[in-house]
Amino acid sequence: MDSGIQISDILIVTAIMFFIGVYGFVTRKNLIAVMMALELIINAAAINFIMINKLVFKTNLHGVFFGLFIIAVAAVEVAIGLVIILNLYRLRDSIDPEEITTLKH
Amino acid sequence: MNWSYTIWIPLLPLLSFVINGLFYGRMPKKMSGWLGTSALGISTLLSWVTAWKYFFNTPHQGPYEDITAWHTTWMHLTDRFTIDLGIYLDPISIMMLIVVTTVSFLVHLYSIGYMATEEGRNRYFAWLGLFSFSMLGLVLAPNLIQTYMFWELVGVSSFLLIGYYYDKPSAVKAALKAFIVTRFADGFFLIGILLYSYYSGSFLFEDINNIPAILESNGSLPVFMGLSALTWGLLLIFIGGAGKSAMFPLHIWLPDAMEGPTPVSALIHAATMVVAGVYLVARLFPAFHASDHGFALQIVAIVGTFSSLFAAIIAMTQMDIKRVLAFSTMSQIGYMMTGLGVSGIGEEGLGYTASMFHLFTHAAFKALLFLGAGALIHAVHSNSLKDMGSLRKYMPISHITFLIACLAISGIPPFAGFFSKDLILEAAFEKNKLIYAVGWITAGLTAFYMFRIYFMAFWGEDKVYAHKPHDPGITMTLPLIVLAIASALAGWLPFNEWVTSNHETLHTHFNIGSAAASVAIGLVGIIIAYILYKNPSMTPQKMSNRLGVVYQTVKNKFYVDEFYEGVTQQVILKRIATPIAWFDRHIVDGTMNLIGNTTVRISSIIKGIQSGDFQVYAFGILIAVIGLLVWLNYFIQ
Repeated sequence: MDSGIQISDILIVTAIMFFIGVYGFVTRKNLIAVMMALELIINAAAINFIMINKLVFKTNLHGVFFGLFIIAVAAVEVAIGLVIILNLYRLRDSIDPEEITTLKH
Repeated sequence: MNWSYTIWIPLLPLLSFVINGLFYGRMPKKMSGWLGTSALGISTLLSWVTAWKYFFNTPHQGPYEDITAWHTTWMHLTDRFTIDLGIYLDPISIMMLIVVTTVSFLVHLYSIGYMATEEGRNRYFAWLGLFSFSMLGLVLAPNLIQTYMFWELVGVSSFLLIGYYYDKPSAVKAALKAFIVTRFADGFFLIGILLYSYYSGSFLFEDINNIPAILESNGSLPVFMGLSALTWGLLLIFIGGAGKSAMFPLHIWLPDAMEGPTPVSALIHAATMVVAGVYLVARLFPAFHASDHGFALQIVAIVGTFSSLFAAIIAMTQMDIKRVLAFSTMSQIGYMMTGLGVSGIGEEGLGYTASMFHLFTHAAFKALLFLGAGALIHAVHSNSLKDMGSLRKYMPISHITFLIACLAISGIPPFAGFFSKDLILEAAFEKNKLIYAVGWITAGLTAFYMFRIYFMAFWGEDKVYAHKPHDPGITMTLPLIVLAIASALAGWLPFNEWVTSNHETLHTHFNIGSAAASVAIGLVGIIIAYILYKNPSMTPQKMSNRLGVVYQTVKNKFYVDEFYEGVTQQVILKRIATPIAWFDRHIVDGTMNLIGNTTVRISSIIKGIQSGDFQVYAFGILIAVIGLLVWLNYFIQ
């Protein structure tokens, strides 16, 4: 894989992905969009693991396996998250995060 | 000899109180009165039996013994400090037993008639039972703590009975006044008990009265302003006694206490509770006599003498028959205090015997006067002498008994008051001529004011009565007759053999000069009253007008009440209570409010942070992490 892709290129891309995710997580007014932003954050991390494994530690696969774990956990998390959002919608007729503030009590 | 049955003497009235109090509303109409009367009747019987056994039927040589009939440790606080209850029999406690149970029994009997139409009769008899129990517990107490407990209990029952007509504002006010004034004095009493007992190491009267032993075990006692701690303790105890016995300047509650039902005045405010102070001084007499060469006793004599004259002067001007009697009571208690104050111990203990004798006879004739006044009030429905006149035509029994009581209190032989009062004056004459002179003048004033009310009520002008007055029923006249017999004959009792300062027979000799002097002044008082009040005339009115300011001052009781009012209003409330209230409201409460308000204000500022909006939290985390990274990178080496 001498395609000329440098590790710094990957890091720039994932950093941009990560901060787009953070921005979305903080600003979106729809819980599903928030979940999507969360996916961006998780995947930015997963890409980092895999690419660093590929480019720096070429003799083992630890990073790749970690990436697989992250995908599995993210899938579970999305499933649970969507269930919660669905129930919330049934209860409140709304999935606006600004209205979901009762857990502070 | 077994004396343990004496426990029933106080317990029976308690039983009457409990039953009447618990079954208050569910009793047949007349039951409460008869229940209380029979309980007291048995107590009275037991007391007389006790007295008979103690004085006549106990083989003894030399002095009468002190008997602890019953005793228990009530509270075991520390090894040195226990609170005991017991029954202590000696000549004065047995004399008081007789006085309290007999008068209480007669008053119960009288009340059946007097209170017949009252709605709250059961409540009345319950409280009367409570009072009798407390008073008996007080006189039988073997130690100061029990004395103090029952002392407060009689205070409470007095408060309850004065305020019996609780829908009458003046009665409520009088009850409060009596309670607060006596409580004020009792505060000093408690301090005195604690101070005294701290140095004597015991509450028992036997130990307390043994001053040489106390001095021996303590080495030297602390001295304050030239008086030893024991004397200070006794003076404080005397303040308590003076409060209960209405001595100047703590007498202001007694005239107002006449707002209670008349039998209550007879029982509590004439015969028994108000003499508790005298009894207390007599109880502690050896201590009073020995401590600092009897300094405290001199104070007792001065206060007593002054109070007797002071009250007698006021009594001459009052128009309310019960108030005259109240001031007369205060005056006679002053005599008793004087008697104790001028007394010595042993062969010089004439004053002590005289004082106890006067307590005994006074209980008889003053209870009779009050019950007689009650009969008059019952008949004419008014306390005021202005509404009475020529009652001798309508109420012969009341008239005769009242006359006997008046003669007794005026010191005319052969009635009871003559003997006891004469003994007091004799004792005073030997000790201090000034005290004797004041007592002698007071005797004349006493005769005058007693016959003033006698002539105004029973002679004088024939009033028009709405209902024709008549003698009350048998339950009311019987006590009058019994007490009249007692008032007439009690003077012949050989008190000098029974009640003396060292429990041995005191040899007295009849002093004809002193007796003649006191009879003479008594007769002068009676004759003046006869001239002024026997026939309706304007002379008293003219005389009081001529005296002007002096008369007004006396009629208004020397403005002592106004003085207290002024002190409490202007000094205590305005200068002390108001600033303290301000401090409490603004500084103490202010501090607390500041703390509270600050917390509320801060929380209202920072509660926005806890919005519950997870996006805000996430943003916060982000900022914090970035801040942390910047700090770690650039500011930490």
